Amino acid sequence: MASHAATAHAPASAHAADHHHEENFFTKYLFSQDHKMIGKQFLITGTFMAFVGMMLSIFFRLQLGWPGEKFAILNFFLGDKWAPEGVLDPNMYLALVTIHGTIMVFFLLTAGLSGTFANLLIPLQIGARDMASGFMNMLSYWLFFLSSAIMIGSLFVETGPAAAGWTIYPPLSALEEAMPGSGIGMTLWLVSMTLFVASSLIGGLNYIVTIINLRTKGMTMTRLPLTVWALFVTAILGVLSFPVLFAGVLLLVFDRSFGTSFYLSDINIGGMALEQTGGSPLLYQHLFWFLGHPEVYIILLPALGITSEVIAVNSRKPIFGYRAMVASILAIGFLSFIVWGHHMFVTGMNPFVGAVFTFTTLLIAIPSAVKAFNFISTLFKGNIQFTPAMMFCVGMVSTFISGGLTGIILADNALDINIHDTYFVVAHFHIVMGLSAVLAMFGGVYHWFPKMFGRMMNKKLGYIHFWLTFASGYGVFFPMHFTGLAGMPRRYYQYTDFPMLAEFTDLAQLISAFAILGAIAQFLFAFNFFYSIFRGQKAEQNPWKSNTLEWTTPVEHIHGNWPGPLPTVHRWAYDYSKPGKDVDVVPQTVPLEEGETDEGH
Amino acid sequence: MMLTLLILFVGVLGVLAVVQLIRVFELARKIRGHRDDQVTNRENRFQSRMMMVFLFGYFAFFAWCFWVTKDKLLPESASEHGVGLDWLLNFNFLIITIAFVLTHIALFYFAYRYSGHRGHKAVYMSHDNRLELVWTIIPAAFMAVIIIYGLNAWNDITADAPEDAHQIELYSFQFAWRARYPGQDGILGDANYNLVSSTNDMGVMTPKFLDEKIVELEGDIALETAKLKPEGYPEIDPSSTMGKQYTKEINRLERHKKRIQKLQQLEYQDAGDDIMIADTFHIPVNKPVHFVFRSRDVIHSAYMPHFRAQMNTVPGTPTEFHFKPIVTTEEMREKTGDEEFNYYLYCNKICGSSHYNMKMIIIVEDEASYAEWLAEQTTYNGEPAGELATGFHHLKSTPENEEDKQEATEDEVAQMN
Repeated sequence: MASHAATAHAPASAHAADHHHEENFFTKYLFSQDHKMIGKQFLITGTFMAFVGMMLSIFFRLQLGWPGEKFAILNFFLGDKWAPEGVLDPNMYLALVTIHGTIMVFFLLTAGLSGTFANLLIPLQIGARDMASGFMNMLSYWLFFLSSAIMIGSLFVETGPAAAGWTIYPPLSALEEAMPGSGIGMTLWLVSMTLFVASSLIGGLNYIVTIINLRTKGMTMTRLPLTVWALFVTAILGVLSFPVLFAGVLLLVFDRSFGTSFYLSDINIGGMALEQTGGSPLLYQHLFWFLGHPEVYIILLPALGITSEVIAVNSRKPIFGYRAMVASILAIGFLSFIVWGHHMFVTGMNPFVGAVFTFTTLLIAIPSAVKAFNFISTLFKGNIQFTPAMMFCVGMVSTFISGGLTGIILADNALDINIHDTYFVVAHFHIVMGLSAVLAMFGGVYHWFPKMFGRMMNKKLGYIHFWLTFASGYGVFFPMHFTGLAGMPRRYYQYTDFPMLAEFTDLAQLISAFAILGAIAQFLFAFNFFYSIFRGQKAEQNPWKSNTLEWTTPVEHIHGNWPGPLPTVHRWAYDYSKPGKDVDVVPQTVPLEEGETDEGH
Repeated sequence: MMLTLLILFVGVLGVLAVVQLIRVFELARKIRGHRDDQVTNRENRFQSRMMMVFLFGYFAFFAWCFWVTKDKLLPESASEHGVGLDWLLNFNFLIITIAFVLTHIALFYFAYRYSGHRGHKAVYMSHDNRLELVWTIIPAAFMAVIIIYGLNAWNDITADAPEDAHQIELYSFQFAWRARYPGQDGILGDANYNLVSSTNDMGVMTPKFLDEKIVELEGDIALETAKLKPEGYPEIDPSSTMGKQYTKEINRLERHKKRIQKLQQLEYQDAGDDIMIADTFHIPVNKPVHFVFRSRDVIHSAYMPHFRAQMNTVPGTPTEFHFKPIVTTEEMREKTGDEEFNYYLYCNKICGSSHYNMKMIIIVEDEASYAEWLAEQTTYNGEPAGELATGFHHLKSTPENEEDKQEATEDEVAQMN
């Protein structure tokens, strides 16, 4: 199959040979069909969205740390309507929480993470000239851009953006009478997400096709770097689950605008008995979480893939248990489709169904544990190079374990009864999904920055950025386990109205302080990022002494990636410090010596 | 004006200073031969030590969090099933804390111990099937234990409510709770969302409320109709935009009225003897309480953390939860040393602007005080609930009303079927 792919690309290689053809500003930077440029577009758009999401979280952390206190900054950004005299409005609080969640989950950690690294790495690491369809790839980015623009635009409508929580459960999200955010703000949210789903589907199909069809000669599936494996399964999860969200969103649009009642029944609101009856709000939750849970792994798998790669390169050792790593990616991918009900233990769903979901959910702990143990043993007896990327990925293993373990508590339906929707949940998913994926994404950016921009990011700033981010990440989310166990519900504008929660003011202030520190650290990153694009140290072709194919391309980007014929692959991606070799790096393009085994890869 | 200029000037100077500072750094790096693509032995050593520092710092932070919150966590469970849940929670925490500590020590110790230096070569280890089998089986075994204990507890908690349980309805709407107790007949009367009005929070069905609703709707219809023929102005054309709007509203009210008339023709369980409670509701200690939940508008969640109980309230879909309280409010005040301690019902599902302040106080007390409290309440019919208010027949049971109770339960079963 691989050789077939190589022939199929003969015209492309001829095309690459005369790469002097005219490219104007628009075709090179805006409507580019080159996967490397599209990857960078995803990265920069995703980073911008992340900064917006982060600022929103700082706004509501101010209210949570110092309830009712006046902040000029809130009034400056939100105006007199939503922050009169600098005190946050409760409706705006919910809107901030909602948009923060939406942006972080979808725009940063789905599109920003997968979009960046799938686009950059898939063709480069499998030895392809470009994605299967450059045009669809471009379309995927521009739909994402449009979707981002609409989501940002929704922040400025008069009744405020969507505010029903990032899960937008109806009837709250379906009825304008229920909250101001369920008016035009919610409409824009739904439009934006519809475009987002389209973008993600187009991108995902492209990734899958590219990985299956365009691997270079010798690049068998068992020789793929784990990043590509992770991105492959991620794309499959996305293609299978996003349409279900689309269906759910579509039915919600019908309920909101055309008087259907898929999700509505027996409702009396705003002094009116609604005439829409017979639907069930639980239907929406099933549809939402059928995407929502795979979504967690759509976020996490690329992060795990990046971590595998960065840890192996910088430990100068093969990733421990490659096959087990692939198997656990597949197992996690499969299981992620049969666990969605664990978000719904206390919705009134049949208790027997809840029991089944507890069982399947706890099964995920097994492949996850295998991954964690394999990461740790990759470090064992390594020659660890603490590049900033490596720091972030070691940090990611820590957050993956810390956050994953509390998942065992939440997956247990009996225990979930009392901690469902409390800060314990907030702590759990922010650490296991938010922090882990963000740390891995940073790791990926530091690691592949020389590939993207031909320059190095500043190492010292990278270290400072890592320690501030890592420490403040735990500083924010770790104490939340305890407030959650004390029964503090999430999405409370202020918790001082309950005597037993009012006692946590000190801790809430500490959390807010850490959040602000963490936010400041990100500006350090932004500075380093943009500064290094223009003035960073010029990169060598293979700065990290890595085995994978992307480092065999020239530093200067060219259309078609390799100036000559496509490279041929002779071994797996992890022959680091192989006995019998003088150097600790043996790129995939180096043929096996006589008598050298490749362990069946 | 001067001030603005001054600030601007200082700002520009600041930017210039930063630019110069960066220049200095750049030059210094060049002179020192600093490279961003290589990590020196010194840097490796330093960062690996920082990893160990972080490990201890992290554990210390864990201990500190535990220390400062240990007196603020939930007090011991006030419900029977909660005692078992607390044990299960501690058991699971023990397992995950051990796993957490061991894996973190391994992770950060390896990072520290195997920090790289130039000229050294790592040990090539690609996999070890036996080792990997071990760390697949160990988590699997622990998961099996956790699943079995967890599902056992779950099955007990979600089993059908015992027959002698007191039935209480909790009703949610933006942004308050109401509780409803069955009256003399021992059965919660029927309710319908069409009947909600300013005098009937919970939309319960009694002949009086049905009639009142009709009157109210007829009044509304008259008001809307009057809008079509404003006094002293020409009549509004029903086909104009305004006219259409009024006609639409009139039609909606007419349909609403028809639905009420339909309800009137149904056979329904009269809620007249039921008792509605706002703000503070009471439950008896050591008796199972069977909560049934309804919601008027959006999804809310009835969260009673002291009783380790939670269930969403879903419009259109009745839900339920039952538990047996075992510690009275008074006893809990003594135990916690807090004289103002109260059990609370929270809303724990995002429901709108005042989600954060949607609460009821729950008083747990002995049966006698409970019966006394209930007897003092007023029913929908405006009568005192009296001593035989229901769910409590057995408190003052004579052979005679023992039979009544039997019948009532049978009725209840029939109704549920």
